[in-house]
Formats: sequence, structure tokens, C-alpha cells
Amino acid sequence: MTLSAELEARFDKLLKSYPPGRQRSAMIPMLLYAQDELGSVTPELVEEVARRVGVEPLQVEEVMSYYSMLHRKPLGRYHVQICTNISCLLTGGEELWQHACKKLGIGHKEVTADGQVSLEEVECIGACSWAPALQVNYAFHHQMTPEKLDRLLDSLRKAQ
Amino acid sequence: MLYNEPSPHEVKVLTRRFGLENSASLDTYLATDGFKAFKKALEMTPEQIIEEVKISNLRGRGGAGFPAGLKWSFVPRNSPKPKYIVVNADESEPGTCKDRLLMENDPHQLIEGVLIAGLAVDAHAGYIYIRGEYRYLIEIMDRAIAEAYSCGYLGKNILGSNFHFDLYTHTGAGAYECGEESALLESLEGKRGVPRIRPPFPAVVGAFQCPTVLNNVETYCAVPAIIRDGGAAFAALGVPKAGGTKLTCLSGHINKPGVYELPLGFPVMKMIEEVGGGIRGGKKLKAFIPGGSSCPVLTAEECQDLTMDYDAMARKKTMLGSGGVVIMDEDTCMVRAALRIMRFYAHESCGWCIPCREGTTWIRKLLQRFHDGMGQRSDIALIGDLAKNMFGRTFCPLGDAAAMPTMSIVEKFYHEFEDHLDGKPCPYEKARQLVMA
Ligand SMILES: Cc1cc2nc3c(=O)[nH]c(=O)nc-3n(C[C@H](O)[C@H](O)[C@H](O)COP(=O)(O)O)c2cc1C
Ligand code: SF4
Ligand code: FES
Repeated sequence: MTLSAELEARFDKLLKSYPPGRQRSAMIPMLLYAQDELGSVTPELVEEVARRVGVEPLQVEEVMSYYSMLHRKPLGRYHVQICTNISCLLTGGEELWQHACKKLGIGHKEVTADGQVSLEEVECIGACSWAPALQVNYAFHHQMTPEKLDRLLDSLRKAQ
Repeated sequence: MLYNEPSPHEVKVLTRRFGLENSASLDTYLATDGFKAFKKALEMTPEQIIEEVKISNLRGRGGAGFPAGLKWSFVPRNSPKPKYIVVNADESEPGTCKDRLLMENDPHQLIEGVLIAGLAVDAHAGYIYIRGEYRYLIEIMDRAIAEAYSCGYLGKNILGSNFHFDLYTHTGAGAYECGEESALLESLEGKRGVPRIRPPFPAVVGAFQCPTVLNNVETYCAVPAIIRDGGAAFAALGVPKAGGTKLTCLSGHINKPGVYELPLGFPVMKMIEEVGGGIRGGKKLKAFIPGGSSCPVLTAEECQDLTMDYDAMARKKTMLGSGGVVIMDEDTCMVRAALRIMRFYAHESCGWCIPCREGTTWIRKLLQRFHDGMGQRSDIALIGDLAKNMFGRTFCPLGDAAAMPTMSIVEKFYHEFEDHLDGKPCPYEKARQLVMA
């Protein structure tokens, strides 16, 4: 399959980052970086990564099913991940989660009909002291409130 | 970037560059004693470096608190195999958000710590295993690494010393269990994060089946200060058997949540009142998690006269852990807290061993039923028994991490379980809703 120039460069660098004969180490980073570009881990990508690191496609499938960030189905263009773990729970994370579900009309790991926004309830994302927290794709949003969430979701819609 | 105001009680050793302009740049680092320790270490023997780390009483900051110098001394330096330095930047323990700041604000300090560890055990390559969600930090670390290469602090013949070292970032992809050292090493090899049997420990058989030093980000970040100013100076900041400072993440019902660098042995109540500005809304303290959700929970009474150090926490049958302090006020429902914590472990159990895989899910279901008002009196003891039976009987410490908070909550907040019996709606939630309305 053809990959973008950036991804090719990334893959090259990754394959050179591990000791000789250990190219399999690059598998998980390759899948994640490629998923960021393609939107999901497609069957073609599984084949491609397997070929490049020198394992069977089935071995890639086996590994990817372990990691919660790797997924076969595309998510929304903006993937909103709301933490409800303990520090966030204590500061309103659960209410934030309910609010987001209601506002978007979707639930855990679901995508809006227009494919723009998806939701996921996630475990601690390392923002506990600035809770409740969420991530839109990789960007952190700290000390959220339902009002701030409304503004954020509206701005995502406008950015389309 | 800083996400909270510093506190006057802080002792800034690892965070001394936080807040400086361009604190992440090599220029700033070099202008503020950067790489001085590494230059000094180049003149020392490996034994001297390890001895200095031992004198510093630096203990692992990832959770278990194992003495760092001792761990380094286990690496067979004369083994013909290559040796590796692995940085645990998986930071996923609920309540913990400090490694993030260390990498964001001072990435070169981490690089220098890794280089010194490399000198100490004759390693020439290192991997920083960063959780996948921390993409911006991977970018920051990659930039810092590139900068260090271009200025001769990484790569071949570093500063003309004949010492060479290559450093790489490696991304995880969503799995708490990959913070456990042996699961991390499996993940680094491109496999599922299923832990390895020990012994052998990573010091002998680690990354790529070679001798490996594996420490937490904060542990490595302490090393430059230890070598620069001497192990004794670092040790003197803390208490006997636990040297230096600890980055402490205050979260939950506290007025000034944030990450603060406090000397080990800092009094818990002073930390809550003066560093954290007291409990939110003038409420009373109900429960206290000292270092991430894996630690047994303490009651307010147990926090009186308690200090933030490994041994003091061990005397209270809990742990200093990762530094993730979670504060819960008088309106918190402890059944709900126990449920949320168990949901996490049930979700993150890798499924390899039965006591953890089945135990976490079973307890989660019982707690859920309880919180929904459908619990039976016999369930309370059952929850405690299940946790006790899981404790010490799992393949890796995740099973213990799930059991410990549960056992402590059942034991210390038994009456709150009783309050949920007979279909009664959660009495604590109601109090909170009244307050928030
Ligand atoms: C389930 C589990 C998760 C862990 N997660 C982390 C983590 O995210 N970061 C970390 O540094 N240590 C974590 N640890 C501890 C590591 O296994 C290991 O003890 C530590 O990285 C060693 O470094 P240190 O001695 O510098 O603390 C975890 C342990 C367990 C059992
Ligand atoms: S205790 Fe067992 S099932 Fe749980 S994470 Fe460890 S190895 Fe996996
Ligand atoms: S508990 Fe939500 S970010 Fe840590």
C-alpha cells in the first residue's frame, strides 16, 4: 500500500530504532502512527506492517487486539475521550460524560451520524490534578465544566 | 507549561527549571547547570556513580519504592550482552500526573539522567516508553533528543569521551498494564503486554533478553542533581532511608489541586491545609489515597501525624506509591469510589491469570449491584473475601493493586455499605446533589 511521505519516513526511523533482528518492536508504534493518518487499522495496514516487521498478519492482529487505542473501525474526526476515573469522578467527570452523551446523542465508542465526533469514556489520562479532564484526539482539555464542554463541541462543529 | 501555581512549601530540585523561559530547550538547560553532572560522571568509575546514588537514598518513584542504586548494582556489567536503559513513562496510575510535567518542562534533565545511568551500567542505548495518549510529550522528547544529538550530547563519542549512547522514544497504545515493568518490556518487543515470570529480574534479563535498568521518569530525573551536588545533599532533603523530594499530585476535593515538589517526610495534614489550601467548600476530610488508586485508603484519623514517606506509609499498611494523592471529602460515597476503582482494574486486567481476570470482574459486579441499591448484607463480606483471596495470588502485582484499595474500603467504611442496604438510594450522593444544587 502507498503511505504518505511522512509516514514512510516515520516507519524508516522506527525500523532503525531497535537492535538487529528486533524490528517487531516497531509494530505498535507503526500501527498507531498509521492509524492517526488513515483513521483506523485497516486490513491492508495489518498486511503492510506485518510485511515490514517480518511477522504474519495474524500476529499483528493478535497484538493489536490488546491495545485500547488501536481500532479497526474509524472513529469521528474529533474523538472526544472523557476521563471518569477517581480524580475526575470526584470533580464532576461523570456528569461531564452524561452531558456529552446527551448533547451528542451518542454513547461509549459511538460516532455521530455525520462522522465528525465520537465519544469514549476513558481511564485516567494523567491530568488528575487538573480534573475533570478530557482529550480531543491528542489535545488535553483541563478543568472542564458542562459549559466549557458545550463551547468546545460547538467549536469543533464550526471547524469542520 | 505550568498548570498550577507553585507553593512556597516546595523544595525545587527536579522542578527547578519549571517556569523558566524555554525551559525545555538545550540552551536553557546548559545555562542552568545542565550536563554538569554528566561531565562529572565521566570522571567517575561506574562503582562511584552507583555508590553516590546509593548514598542519596533515592527510591524508585514509579510506585514500589525500590532503592535505585541497589537496582543498578544488580546489572551484570561484565556480561557480554548489550545493556539497556528503559524509562517507564507509561504514567497511568489513577491520580498520577507528574512524569508529564517533568518531560514537558525539562526533557534534557531526563536525558542526562539516562546518560548517567548508561555510564553506571555500561549501557549504550535507551528507550523511553511513553503512553500513547501522551503524544505531545513524545514530540517534545523527540525534539529534545534531536537537539542533544546535534550538540553532541547523544550519539557517538559524546563530548569527546569515547562514550556513545543512542536514545529513542517508543509509544504505547493504551494499556495500564504496560506500566508494569515486565509487561512494558514485552510491549517494547512488539507483543501483547502480558507480564513475565520473575526471577529473572530485568536487571539480568530485560529488554531484548539483555540486562536492563528500568526506572520511572522521576527516578532518572533525580540523578543529575545527585551526581552534581552529591548523594549526601540529596539524602539530607528527605528522611532516613528515603532521600530527596517527591513530586506530589494533589487531586480530588482540594482547593488548590496541582503538582508540588515536596521533601520526603512532609506532614500529610500540612500538605492538605497549606500546600493544597484545605478541603474544597470548607468540608471535612473523609478519605485519603497517598499514591495512586492501587494504595490502601486511609481515613481522616489515620492522616493525623502522618508524613509522606515510604516507611511512615508502610506503618499505616499503605504505600507512598506514585505520588498521586487523592483527597475525598465527607460527602464522598466510598462504595462508589470502590466501584470506580474496581471498574478500572477489571478493565485493565490483562486476563492472563484467573484470580485477577475473574476476581476483578466479579467484585466489580458485586459493587455495582451494591451501589444500585440491590446489595445484600452477605455481599459485604463476600467483596472483602474475594479481594483477600486475590491478594498475593496473582501473576503480577495488578491483582494486588485491585485488592488493596477494596479491602481497605470494606474494612474502614463498612457502615457505608450497610447504608446502601434494603434498596436505599445512595445517602452520600444525595448530600452532594443538595450541595451542588
Ligand atoms: C499494574 C502496574 C502498573 C504500573 N504502572 C507504572 C507506571 O505507569 N509508571 C511507572 O513508573 N511504574 C509503574 N509501575 C511500576 C513498575 O512495575 C516498576 O516498578 C517501576 O517502573 C520501576 O521504576 P522505579 O524503581 O524507578 O519506580 C506499575 C506497576 C504495576 C504492577
Ligand atoms: S494479575 Fe494476572 S491477569 Fe491481572 S494483569 Fe497481572 S498477569 Fe494479568
Ligand atoms: S483520574 Fe482523570 S485524569 Fe487521572
